Amino acid sequence: MSRIAQAPNRRPAPAIGGSVPTGRGHRKVWRPRAEQLTAWAFLLPIVVYLVVFYAYPLYRNLELSLRDYTVRSFVQGDAPFIGFDNYAKVINDATFGPALWHTVVFTVVSLVFQFGIGLALALFFVRNFRLSATLRALFLVPWLLPLIVSSSTWAWMLNSDSGVVNAVLGMVGVDPVNWLTSPDWALWSVTVANIWIGVPFNLVVLYSGLQAISPAVYEAAALDGASGWQRFWSVTFPLLRPVSAITLLLGLVYTLKVFDIIWIMTRGGPSGASTTFATWSYRLGFGNLVPSFGPGAAVGNLLIVTALVFGLLYIRVQRRQALA
Amino acid sequence: MTAARSSGWSRRTLGVGLAVVAAAGCLAGCSTTTPENGTAATGQPSAGGTYTIWDPYPQYDKTSEWVKLLESCGSQAGVTVERTAFDTSDLTNKALLAAQQGNAPDVIVIDNPVISTLAEAGVLTTTEENKLDISAISPNLIAAGQSGGKTYGVPIGANTLALYYNKAVLDEAGVDIASVKDWVSLTAALEKVKAAGEKGITFSAIGTEEGSFQFLPWFWGSGAQLTKLDSAEGVSAVTLWTDWLKKGYAPNSVINNTQTTSWQEFASGDYAFAENGTWQLANAKQAGFEYGIIPIPGKAGGTAAAPTGGEFVSIPVQQDAARYATSQRLVTCLTSTDNSFTTVSTLSYIAPTEQVQARQITENPELEVWVAAVKAAKGRTSDDLGTKYPKISEPMWGAVQAALSGAKSPQQAMTDAQTAIQ
Repeated sequence: MSRIAQAPNRRPAPAIGGSVPTGRGHRKVWRPRAEQLTAWAFLLPIVVYLVVFYAYPLYRNLELSLRDYTVRSFVQGDAPFIGFDNYAKVINDATFGPALWHTVVFTVVSLVFQFGIGLALALFFVRNFRLSATLRALFLVPWLLPLIVSSSTWAWMLNSDSGVVNAVLGMVGVDPVNWLTSPDWALWSVTVANIWIGVPFNLVVLYSGLQAISPAVYEAAALDGASGWQRFWSVTFPLLRPVSAITLLLGLVYTLKVFDIIWIMTRGGPSGASTTFATWSYRLGFGNLVPSFGPGAAVGNLLIVTALVFGLLYIRVQRRQALA
Repeated sequence: MTAARSSGWSRRTLGVGLAVVAAAGCLAGCSTTTPENGTAATGQPSAGGTYTIWDPYPQYDKTSEWVKLLESCGSQAGVTVERTAFDTSDLTNKALLAAQQGNAPDVIVIDNPVISTLAEAGVLTTTEENKLDISAISPNLIAAGQSGGKTYGVPIGANTLALYYNKAVLDEAGVDIASVKDWVSLTAALEKVKAAGEKGITFSAIGTEEGSFQFLPWFWGSGAQLTKLDSAEGVSAVTLWTDWLKKGYAPNSVINNTQTTSWQEFASGDYAFAENGTWQLANAKQAGFEYGIIPIPGKAGGTAAAPTGGEFVSIPVQQDAARYATSQRLVTCLTSTDNSFTTVSTLSYIAPTEQVQARQITENPELEVWVAAVKAAKGRTSDDLGTKYPKISEPMWGAVQAALSGAKSPQQAMTDAQTAIQ
């Protein structure tokens, strides 16, 4: 009753109440809240999960990199805020230049060869000949092995003195090469191992991409008299572009953060010759008797930002393609 | 109006209900994870409760002598011992994190060069606070646990490095092991071995703390000090190793060798010498060839100081100071003269006290050379280096790697390393 008495003051409310049955009017007031609550209840698990396992660690990593953590202040929790000093320290470090160069070389060379070999194998297997399924399964082996197994095996094979690679080279009269212990070779050795491990992933994704291309397109191209090479460049390659883009992006993110292979094979050595940002970050944070959490976190953040930049670039390119 | 309300309510109840369910799930989840160590909080010694011990010996499981010893020490102190084993390299960060969260273990067994770091972090109690008796411990061993005139723990046992040799390989090359007394005679022996078509010496020069550990006997044996890496003596130690590699006396793989892979090379039976530790003694017996052990020679003769390995037992800082009394009983149980022999035999270490060392030699005369080596050994963080040591060690192993791999000359490598420290 009091509502009716107040009605003149709140003109819009009775207007709605007047034109619409009161029940529905109240539903309009209540419904969004109820739905919101339900929605939040459904969202809650994923939000909690994201905050606990993603947002908070990222925030902590950022905070670590912006404070001057010594072992004492790490325990006491009173590390002074120093802005970007850790980043400046890392960038001015003698390791920065070589580590950046090694990261770029390792990533680019790995991606080019993984993608090239993966695409060639995918084109080969898409023809579906006898035993192709078996052979394809064999190519997946590097992917299925635990990294510690494959890296240790590579390290044994490339051992200067007792490795099988040098033994084979010796048989054909080539001098042994210090694959893992020479500053000239160490980076190439870990890159080759990484390419071997990454090929199956490229093969699988590109193979499924190839299968999605309709055979009718190829038939039409063949009728138009396109040669095999023309069919590849003008049909396969453009139609495979979206799949290629995501393969390369995932490959990039994966390769940037490769740590196990390098650490197991060379520990980033000899004398830093195969140190990348990933191994350097680990060495700073965990590889010394006194951990330098701040600079270690700073290097880790640089890696995250790099991956993020390429991710955004990918989204942008994809959007432009969708618009075109 | 009521009808409308009820329909609105039903949706809302659904939403609220879901939220409640979710919250209840969380509560249930949370409540189960709540640690139930209320019994341990009484803090009265021998009033029962649970005491936590962390150690870096994941290779020992519940059936091992080590864990049985821990449990018996616990029951002697009237408490239950909850033991957790970590990987050595993992334990430092785990201890720092635990101290940050305020749930450090009651007793920690930790690698000796880490003591100064944890002490610097304010994680460990001093022997003044925890009343541990250190009077019987050899001064050169306790030094690694001392910083700023305070002692932060008791060595549980020590190990160090020496040279293992393969008798058959030396005989074939016509080398008399008694002639190996200094660097010149050692290099001459390696030359003979190489000439006889065998392999010379293997060690570990990997780019981690392990590499520094193996390089130190030669570095100290040259008379160099860790405060000045690029001294003529320091450079001569790097040059010794570099020349061995250049002349083929040592394999190139040492640059990547851990002490384990280096041992595997020696165990193949092809190598005359291997620099390795006390802990390989059991493996040496299984190697299937006759071996001997000599101390690492200094540049001009004598025994070079090798770095001490092995762990300290320490009592981390607790909010409840009443817990120290029981922790102290646990540590004393592990390190007292009576029990020390059991502890070091279990862990295959050399005892930190002369009394127990003597008993070890009586029971196993083979250990005599190791006891001598431990007596000559020196803590890495000694000479009041403390937390400065890790900052010297990293450039040092980098310099050794740079020289051995040919990236830099020994002089250049050590000069650069010294510059990196400042």
